[in-house]
Amino acid sequence: MTFEPVLIGFTCNWCSYRAADLAGTSRTKYPPNIRLVRLMCSGRLDPTFVLKALAEGADGVLITGCHPGECHYLEQNYKALRRYHLLRRTLQSLGIEAERVKLVWASASEGLQLAEAIRQFTEEIRALGPLRWNARPELRSEDAPLEAVP
Amino acid sequence: MNRITIDPITRLEGHGKIEIFLDEQGEVANAYLQIPELRGFEQFVVGRPVEEMPQITNRICGVCPEAHHMAAAKAIDAVYSVTPPPTARKLRELLYSAFYVTDHTTHFFALGGPDFIMGPDAPVAERNILGVIHKVGLEIGKQVIQARKYGHRVIKIIGGRKIHPATAIPGGMTKCLSEEERQEIETMGRWAVDFAQFALGLFDEVVLGNPEYRDLILSDIYTHRTYYIGLVDAENRVNFYDGMVSVVSPEGERIGKYAPDEYREWIAERVEPWTYLKFPYLKKIGWKGFVDGADSGVYCATPLSRLNASDGMATPLAQEQYERFFETLGGKPVHHRLATHWARLIELLYAAERWVELATDPEITSPKVHTVPTATPSEGVGIVEAPRGTLTHHYWTDERGIVTKANLIVGTTNNYAPISMSITKAARAFIRAGEVVTEGLLNRIEMAFRLYDPCMSCATHSLPGQMPLEVVIRDARGEPVEKLRQFC
Amino acid sequence: MSKPKFSMYWGASCGGCDIAVLNIHEKILEVDETFEIVLWPVAVDAKYADVEALPDGDITLTLFNGGIRNEENEHMARLLRRKSQILVAFGSCASEGCVPALANLYPRERLFETVYAGPTTENPEGRRPLERAAVPEGELHLPKFYPTLRTLDEVVEVDYIIPGCPPESHQIAAVLDVVFAALRGEAELPPKGSVLGAGISTVCEECPRKRDVKKIRAFRRIQDGPADPEICLLEQGILCAGPATRDGCGALCPLAGAACIGCYGPSEGVVDYGARLMSAVASVIDSRDPEEIERILDGIPDPAGAFYRFNLAGSLLRRGR
Ligand code: SF4
Ligand code: SF4
Ligand code: SF4
Ligand code: FES
Repeated sequence: MTFEPVLIGFTCNWCSYRAADLAGTSRTKYPPNIRLVRLMCSGRLDPTFVLKALAEGADGVLITGCHPGECHYLEQNYKALRRYHLLRRTLQSLGIEAERVKLVWASASEGLQLAEAIRQFTEEIRALGPLRWNARPELRSEDAPLEAVP
Repeated sequence: MNRITIDPITRLEGHGKIEIFLDEQGEVANAYLQIPELRGFEQFVVGRPVEEMPQITNRICGVCPEAHHMAAAKAIDAVYSVTPPPTARKLRELLYSAFYVTDHTTHFFALGGPDFIMGPDAPVAERNILGVIHKVGLEIGKQVIQARKYGHRVIKIIGGRKIHPATAIPGGMTKCLSEEERQEIETMGRWAVDFAQFALGLFDEVVLGNPEYRDLILSDIYTHRTYYIGLVDAENRVNFYDGMVSVVSPEGERIGKYAPDEYREWIAERVEPWTYLKFPYLKKIGWKGFVDGADSGVYCATPLSRLNASDGMATPLAQEQYERFFETLGGKPVHHRLATHWARLIELLYAAERWVELATDPEITSPKVHTVPTATPSEGVGIVEAPRGTLTHHYWTDERGIVTKANLIVGTTNNYAPISMSITKAARAFIRAGEVVTEGLLNRIEMAFRLYDPCMSCATHSLPGQMPLEVVIRDARGEPVEKLRQFC
Repeated sequence: MSKPKFSMYWGASCGGCDIAVLNIHEKILEVDETFEIVLWPVAVDAKYADVEALPDGDITLTLFNGGIRNEENEHMARLLRRKSQILVAFGSCASEGCVPALANLYPRERLFETVYAGPTTENPEGRRPLERAAVPEGELHLPKFYPTLRTLDEVVEVDYIIPGCPPESHQIAAVLDVVFAALRGEAELPPKGSVLGAGISTVCEECPRKRDVKKIRAFRRIQDGPADPEICLLEQGILCAGPATRDGCGALCPLAGAACIGCYGPSEGVVDYGARLMSAVASVIDSRDPEEIERILDGIPDPAGAFYRFNLAGSLLRRGR
């Protein structure tokens, strides 16, 4: 069976969500693997959302926001930027490839670029393989002992 | 033939168990003390910044977190090749002395001492702190609580928290001592000296004054001729916080002293498949099994061991007691394990005296409590004497000071082999030709390991000082015919 | 009328939680007066057999400390759940895994390898502890060591949580007062699932250090130089877990010049402790430049430990399984 990555995209309402919309209406194809979740601004992105997505089965998380200097709430996308960098390091430190989370800037008019970014991310995650958190062999020894206890 | 198992009720319960096997004649063939717990600190400290070790390794044991805090503090100083200012060093030792007072007090009055004060044959229900209070008076109970409170107060003032202190860092401490705090600590320390003397007086009266108990102390059942180790200062006097580890033979001869970073030349550990805990032994002598004598690498690290391994105590009142101890018991070394209780009280007095010395040290309130480390971190060993034995922390780090490897040899673990031997010996003495004095057996075996004040929290990270035991006596077909159980 | 029953038990624990309860001093006598203590290994003589013989739900209150690391811990957790009306996850180990749960970052075999082939271990035969080991006289058994450490609520249903490593004694006393009052019919027990013996805010709220929302351009380690005794540690670049950690201790560590390391667990409403702390830490960084941000973050050498020191077993991604 081929592996189809499950991706979650957290998109800013003002830019990238519209870009995605645009991509949709202009029939620019982007892979169906991604499910977009709209935020009012990338600054709203709580690292919890990302962790939750990964914990509940996503293989990768894409975060999108307005280009630097274009955030409707001024500085908020820089906040997202800092969180993103920190989050990637923490994931790495927890044994999860940092590449599973990616930040992309896209303005409302950049539907094509966004579609391309999604396609690229999908391929990157496809190459990484499934996160399959529950089944990570280095976490669990094969003789699953928990079942041994009634 | 009977098979005897001293076992938790099922193998799923309790944190330690003893199995005794009988031979065809009904004599004890062997006894095993199994430790069923492991937490793996040596592995999961890897990757952590080394300055966190005093706080992370604290969590090995809530009974003696201070010991881990201090061993770790010394190891991280060594990792950064940094010498803390004298005041920081003294503050650590002051905290540690106060901790010894609480810890030894708890053991003598609540855990081990009741065997003596109440008598080894007193009913189980009376051999506890309440029984002691009943026998020697409520006033004493209050004093015991006071001693514990005072000790914890000092730990809180210097360490920031009562359990799991927080203030030792590479190069010193995060907090200095105010004059007001110093005064409070001094007053409490003076009280502690009186209390320690009172405890020794009680021991004189109740134990030494009773020929039956004296005989018990001197009896062969509780005697083992092993090596002894303990931390000593430059004049070979007992020290809890700093110095070199002195090693003496069963004949009482000092066969060497090692600095912390030489410990690997001296100590090795053996793995047995029937327990999660390892058995340390003297590497130079070698592992010969669970046996006494100069050819066996088994050593002991307890209050008794520290007295045996040293030439005296560094404070005047404790020194007097030290001399009396060896005079009374026939010279050095003393192999009578029950004398450990007495040795513990002498250490209690030393700790209290040291508490006052440090609290009145003119440097103790200096604000200079930290030296900023400048060297590249690499590797370091820290050794302190935990109340239950020599405690060794060894860390390796990368150049950023991130732990890459760790080795811990923990207080109680040192004594795992001697404890096992004491249990076997007591079992042999009280089980003869399949005849078992059931209640007596439990009491005597308990006494055999309780004198070590074993802390399985430290050893395995699960159980503070007490061990739930059950004796199951089985007939030849392995069917239990009688069960006895208690916490000791 | 017979007294309500009380028990306290340890799983994989350091014993500090038991000591913290003993340190409530006089209150212990009230516990003794109010309850019949049916099981409390550190303090009283009792028999497991007696606990097993009790009808289900017969114990009114059980405080369970320590995590679930092996078969024996799990067995006792299940037994005490069955026998108890109120089961409390007591302390950090039972409620979120605490420091020992950092072991979940490594597979079990690595733990064994490190411990049983360590620098002072002489083990040429490569021996490991075995669940069934043959000795000359017969066979000996050990409980199974699980691949990860789990919190109590991953194994059984838990009614309340009392956080802290260990919980502060005055907080324990306060919780017991509520229980005593409830037993006398003078008060209601808090709703199930509540966190007791702590606040609903953060350690920062209790911390007297001054904050002026200053941003930093570098993190530093505690040993790197003197810290100002009055200013917020985080604003001095020292990683302090105060902003994500539940209040209740009185900010003990920052008061003693040390950073809060997070032992009281997540503050109210926080789903993932580390995520919350990451947000707080990211917000003090003074930079908009990806490269500079990376350079600043180099000052946090161990993110897993820094953000999940006490909370790994309770985290979204690394809970024990
Ligand atoms: S929560 Fe802390 S004090 Fe309690 S058992 Fe765990 S490590 Fe010990
Ligand atoms: S971050 Fe730490 S030092 Fe700063 S206010 Fe919060 S608890 Fe206090
Ligand atoms: S300051 Fe933080 S680490 Fe220290 S006791 Fe309070 S919650 Fe625990
Ligand atoms: S509004 Fe788009 S990132 Fe802030």
